[in-house]
Amino acid sequence: MSQSLDQIFIHAKQWLLSFLSGRASDLLIQIVSSLLNIVALLGVFLTLFALMSVLERKILGRMQNRYGPNRVGPFGLFQPVADGIKMLIKEDIVPARADKIVHFLAPVLIAAAAILSLGVIPYGRNMTPFVIDGGILFFFAVGSATELTVFMAGWGSNNKYSMLGAMRAIAQMISYELPLIITVLPVVMVVGSLNPDKIVFAQKYYYFGFLPHWFVLTPWGATAFALFFVSGLVESNRTPFDVPEGESEIVAGHMTEYSGFKYATFFMAEYLGMFAVSGLAVTLFLGGWHAPLPWLAFIPSYLWFFAKLSVLLFVFIWVRGTLPRIRIDQMMNLAWKFMLPMAFTCVVAAAVWHYAGHRLLAWLWSLAVIAVVYFALSIFLDTRKKFTPRRYRFVE
Amino acid sequence: MNIFVFGIIASFTLIVALAAATLPKLMHAALSFAVMFLGISAFFFLLGAEFVGLVQVFVYIGAVAVLIVFTILLTPHDVGNVRGFGWSGVVVAIAVFGGLIWAIVKTKSVAIAPSVAKALTVKQIGEALMISYVWPLLCVGVLLTAALIGALILVMEDKRS
Repeated sequence: MSQSLDQIFIHAKQWLLSFLSGRASDLLIQIVSSLLNIVALLGVFLTLFALMSVLERKILGRMQNRYGPNRVGPFGLFQPVADGIKMLIKEDIVPARADKIVHFLAPVLIAAAAILSLGVIPYGRNMTPFVIDGGILFFFAVGSATELTVFMAGWGSNNKYSMLGAMRAIAQMISYELPLIITVLPVVMVVGSLNPDKIVFAQKYYYFGFLPHWFVLTPWGATAFALFFVSGLVESNRTPFDVPEGESEIVAGHMTEYSGFKYATFFMAEYLGMFAVSGLAVTLFLGGWHAPLPWLAFIPSYLWFFAKLSVLLFVFIWVRGTLPRIRIDQMMNLAWKFMLPMAFTCVVAAAVWHYAGHRLLAWLWSLAVIAVVYFALSIFLDTRKKFTPRRYRFVE
Repeated sequence: MNIFVFGIIASFTLIVALAAATLPKLMHAALSFAVMFLGISAFFFLLGAEFVGLVQVFVYIGAVAVLIVFTILLTPHDVGNVRGFGWSGVVVAIAVFGGLIWAIVKTKSVAIAPSVAKALTVKQIGEALMISYVWPLLCVGVLLTAALIGALILVMEDKRS
């Protein structure tokens, strides 16, 4: 029963394809199969985007002691529909001096990149939309194209706020791409594969019958996960790292000159990027679609995946509701002076863990490596500034 | 089938490369240059070199194209200006093209019929880089580090003055 429930979507797809078999060529079947994957992927994630946009406003409202949207439908749940209609019927304004083609292509490409990167994540047992051997590399290759599209948006708008926002966005994306990728390396090293499915399979065992074999439970994994998550926050331009679009400084950064549905496309791409980064974090560190306890494995794998994904997404919202925006120089210092050395340390610690035999002793050695570097960095980076209550000076 | 796909990719890459060479606006040229890299990575995919194709996208679109774009922005050009036509560029281009053609024709391995390519695993690539080609890799690493430090020294502000 649980077996068939686990594979229900796979069986549904095979059932749909069975109408074609014998009647169409293999190439056509392959194309239809891919199209079915794409439709499912888009359906799920656009729904999740709609849900997320309303839930984020609700949760933020809750954190700030207000109601949030509660007018449209029960509990304001139809808010995304109203938002979508509003965005669709808004006037699409293109600045007269803008570069029309680049201005138009930027939101299209940024959404395309976000959707492509969602395609390689294993959502459940046998549920990877596109199995690529270098899936992790594909994810980052597609993600790195985002920088260029952000630049296109900023430059194509022919507006100084857009340009400033794009420059900020590229600066922070490039800086944080390094820790983001280097924290993935230990996982790839230990598993010995760039294939997301194999990485998930490597985490399927349990210590002592109940402790899952997830990489987040090793010292290097926990550190790498924390670094990865922070870099993910930056890559998706979320508070506290939303310097590129800081509404109070440069209006909305590279999105300033976009209106109507193009603006909504940017918004969607940002959320899809967030889903992709969280999905990859789940795949790499949180055991993918595996159950946290062996006797909970009867619950379908995709439900586990989306449960873990929603926890991470909740943390995204939580961080947004809690932390103020940080300055660009603080952000760069954090990236180059702290995150990058720590990311390299994770690689070393993972090697130590791997060669010391994955046991308790290996665990302790790995922890020791990370602790030594962490404390060394905290002494070395200490600016010896005492934080006293700030005194403001005003023009008199 | 492969010839057909090759034709599509090749004509696409050539058209975009031509656009990069002839478009009047410098920024458009840079962006079409980035698209050309995509065409080249498609070639690698066609040849079954998935890893190289992905690295091509990753490095060239993610880093080199961004670098070019930044260079255009940060150097004192009027970005919107129409470019002139430089004969020196033509000479350099022909020289580079001739050199490459000479090198390709001279290379022995091109004349041999290709064996069936095996799917490379990450482990094999790692071993090739870390054992067989470790010296070239280290040399490139040292060179890049030197370039990085040199660039930093060039832009470092002199605090005494």
